[in-house]
Amino acid sequence: MSENLSPEQKVSRRDFLKVAWGFFGGLALLETGGMVLAYLQPRLAEGEFGSLITIGLVDDFPPNSVTHLTNGRFYLVRLADGGFLALYHRCTHLGCTVPYDQTQGKFICPCHSSEFDQQGAVQNPPAPRPLDLFPITIENGEIKVDTGSPIQRAAFDPSQVVYP
Amino acid sequence: MTEPNPPDTMLDRLRERLTPEEFPTDDRGRIRMVVDSLVLHLHPSKVPVTTIKWSYTWGLGGLSAVLMTILALTGIILLNNYTPSVPQAYLDILEIRSNVWFGELIRNLHHWSANLLIIVAVLHLIRVFLTGAYRPPRELNWLLGVAMLVLILGANFTGYLLPWDQLAFWAITVGTSIITYVPLVGESIGRLVLGGPEVGANTLLNFYSLHIALIPLGIFGLMSYHFWRVRKDGGLTLPKPVDPAPDPLTWQKPERVTTIPHLVRRELIYTLGWFAALLLFAMVVPAPLEGIANPDISPNPAKAPWYFMGLQELLLHFHPLVGAIIMPGLAITGLFLLPFFDVTSASVGIYFRSRRGRSLSLLALGLATLLTPAWVLLDEFVLDWVGWLPGWDSLISNGLIPLALIALGLFLLDGWAVKTFGADTEERVLFLAVFLFTAFVILTMIGIFFRGPGMALYLPWNMPAAVH
Repeated sequence: MSENLSPEQKVSRRDFLKVAWGFFGGLALLETGGMVLAYLQPRLAEGEFGSLITIGLVDDFPPNSVTHLTNGRFYLVRLADGGFLALYHRCTHLGCTVPYDQTQGKFICPCHSSEFDQQGAVQNPPAPRPLDLFPITIENGEIKVDTGSPIQRAAFDPSQVVYP
Repeated sequence: MTEPNPPDTMLDRLRERLTPEEFPTDDRGRIRMVVDSLVLHLHPSKVPVTTIKWSYTWGLGGLSAVLMTILALTGIILLNNYTPSVPQAYLDILEIRSNVWFGELIRNLHHWSANLLIIVAVLHLIRVFLTGAYRPPRELNWLLGVAMLVLILGANFTGYLLPWDQLAFWAITVGTSIITYVPLVGESIGRLVLGGPEVGANTLLNFYSLHIALIPLGIFGLMSYHFWRVRKDGGLTLPKPVDPAPDPLTWQKPERVTTIPHLVRRELIYTLGWFAALLLFAMVVPAPLEGIANPDISPNPAKAPWYFMGLQELLLHFHPLVGAIIMPGLAITGLFLLPFFDVTSASVGIYFRSRRGRSLSLLALGLATLLTPAWVLLDEFVLDWVGWLPGWDSLISNGLIPLALIALGLFLLDGWAVKTFGADTEERVLFLAVFLFTAFVILTMIGIFFRGPGMALYLPWNMPAAVH
């Protein structure tokens, strides 16, 4: 094709069209891909798991107790010193629901035998991080847990405990 | 040949069009029949007599196609009695089992064919690997085959959720959580696949759509391409004697025989035999079904589908990024790159490449069978990387360090094969591949048969019952 080019012509018509078609074709593909991705985005229904849940009064939960609140998918842990933690019951390893073993006082995952203590910290891998937390607010002795935003943490820290 | 007069009546003309022509009795007629027929012309009109021996291909590719056909047909009629919603899906399966004529049989046939397909497809891959049939010019067909294997696993995995029982729910929960360990994009891909934060009604609908539409369409397209390429690449590789290895210049190509009846007859016998066996099996052995899915209670143990138990076993020993992403990623990449790395054409068609290749394969098989359980026991009871290296990120202590040790072990094995046995490139590839594949099979068997409640190790005959 180069024989038709005059010296000042750097790009032939054919090459220009090739690049232009390639560019706009690629752009159209990207747009279509984006549309499909947007179309497939999950929609969350109101009022399901993921909202702010009121679970009761502080005095309903004695110190050193673990209560499974299945609607909210979490354990409400009241530590021996009276502080509260809301632990997401989903194992941070591969998503199994972690049951609480009353006799051993810890959470033991049935899927890959990860173990967590009452604060949710990893006692035995393969879980890579402690159980996720849900934010707790206590107003007038009433406990509310926001199940919409699980908090990932690298380790247990006393500042995570909420006191009434 | 003179044109015969068309029959007099319309009915006769219709009958003439619909009834098959006279079955040919001479080779010329048989060849014509293959060339003229839509289905038969997937075959060449003549085939080398050595490639249709059972003991060369074992009919594994053909059997995969037969199983795909059974799966498509049983799958289509199962659709008529199934609703992909919670909890109706589970109730529908109960209906299919107890209240639909032949429902249980068709579900069983679908279930067992799907499981058998995984085994047969992997055996097909092994056959092609061992005879070197992935080498030029057949590289592309090897890639298509590996892609189909991935799709077959995808079809099995998405189908696993559809009964919506405890088995399905937790296997899919565990399986999809693996995705979230992909760096950067894992969390959002996981949400997209699940259609929400956890396995639920949206997941069921997503998986249903993948299982009945997208994946089968992909497999059908790749299958057609795969068949076409077999002929484009000059048919199957020709089996060659190992001892003495033939000289490519003087080696006599084998005699060719007509596809009808030699190949077609074998295919019919094989298909009917397997179909009869499957039907009998499906009549006697029901597909598993547990209680309805309960997101609050994980059964103990919660196991992935059996074909992912090798992966789940890796997850017990390594940080998830290493066990579930890096290692399988390397394996798939290795499979894809294999035909571009190992290109020797001399040994194509010889099982295990050479006499030395056979010895090395046997050695690799034995070594992997001994070393894999030894390593599992060692890691279970002695190695404690996280405890020994407190304060280290578990990705390094429980992931990259043991991965590096295993890579070192493979490197030493490879050096040993070269030094002691004088293995050349193709024999080294064979040695390591047999070792790694055997190790994976052993891991899968440990996961299936030796893991009990809490994923602790038990002897199969002492296994406590699972808690649901």
